[in-house]
Amino acid sequence: MTHDHSHPQHDHGHDHDPHAPVNEAHGVRPESALLERALRELLIEKNVFTAADLQRQIELTESRNPELGAQVVAHAWTDPQYKARLLTDAKPAIESFLGIDLNLTPALTVVENTRERHHVICCTLCSCYPRAVLGIPPAWYKSAEYRARVVAEPRAVLAEFGTELPDDVEIRVVDSTADMRYMVLPLRPRHTEHMSEAELVTLITRDAMIGVTVLVLSEPRR
Amino acid sequence: MTRGVHDLGGQPAGPVDLAEHERTFFDQRVDAMMRLLAHPEHGYYTVDAMRRAIESLPRDDYFGLGYYERWVRAIRQLAVEKGLLTEDEVKRKLAALEAQARQP
Amino acid sequence: MKPFFSPGDKVKVRAADVTTHCRTPHYLRGKRGVVARVFGAFPNPEALAYHRIGVPYQPLYQIAFDFNEVWGRRERNTVITADILQHWLERDN
Repeated sequence: MTHDHSHPQHDHGHDHDPHAPVNEAHGVRPESALLERALRELLIEKNVFTAADLQRQIELTESRNPELGAQVVAHAWTDPQYKARLLTDAKPAIESFLGIDLNLTPALTVVENTRERHHVICCTLCSCYPRAVLGIPPAWYKSAEYRARVVAEPRAVLAEFGTELPDDVEIRVVDSTADMRYMVLPLRPRHTEHMSEAELVTLITRDAMIGVTVLVLSEPRR
Repeated sequence: MTRGVHDLGGQPAGPVDLAEHERTFFDQRVDAMMRLLAHPEHGYYTVDAMRRAIESLPRDDYFGLGYYERWVRAIRQLAVEKGLLTEDEVKRKLAALEAQARQP
Repeated sequence: MKPFFSPGDKVKVRAADVTTHCRTPHYLRGKRGVVARVFGAFPNPEALAYHRIGVPYQPLYQIAFDFNEVWGRRERNTVITADILQHWLERDN
């Protein structure tokens, strides 16, 4: 299988609704919860937005998840011409392949991990992330620890994710400091030549598309 | 040179906590409110204003509050700045909700 | 505004002390790098953050920095890139 620390919300193995209630009180101070409710009710009363607008926005956000990025990556692995388009101008290549509209989402660049060069994405200033193709960033991506350390000791941070790269692989830490968002096109694992695009999709993890892990097949697949 | 509270590259910090956090309804609603208010076509302010408001939080709040708790405070500040709400309206609403919560 | 720099150009990030909102990280101010990519022009976040419209738009560049230049110590085979607006860059000859 692959190196991954994620417990994806889109794991359909569970029988619960991905939109089902999750721990409402999870670390949120009562005054924060009260403030959220006060602002929401006031802004709806004043018709700044409607309750339906809010619900639609939540659904749109939840519809964006790493599965989208994984489909794009698997397609790029199997179609060299598509890969070239993706690396040159990511947004139109993704829009036409996935049939989604990225017009209102930030500019996006896909960077390719190779045997010579490994990119890892971060945002030291806030939490910039390719939400259009990977969804909401994981908590660790937004954490002070990741943001502070990945630019200053990248190999040590990667090691915490179980990722050790040979010295001859150049590490490129990509700090998303402005309007450009970045997604990594991970290196296709060895021994996957026989796999279909749909099978490849299942190998590709969020963390590999951030660049904190590399994809490997732990055992030969039949 | 002055360093903003949010400007973390190279600052001393401990190991990265790899635990996954499920999003709460609170997280989802705050996220959605921000995205509606900072909508690129018909929003009331930009994500840049949102970042500026978050970065202006006192250090203890920036590091002590949760991610979306910082956001909800920034939404309050910007809604008042842009005249969508007055500070007085927010205070009265909070007082009313608190009173309601105390009812048996 | 037309891009002033091209890929391969050597640049230096201004070491300005800015206390209002900006997107040039502290750890890269005053550091030397090389233009890796040119991204077109974007509204200036230093104005957008205060409800101004962000003109003139600023060309945005991906700048590649050698690890040793940034931190003054070696880390094997490591590069940092960051995206910096033109008004934060000067030519480094």
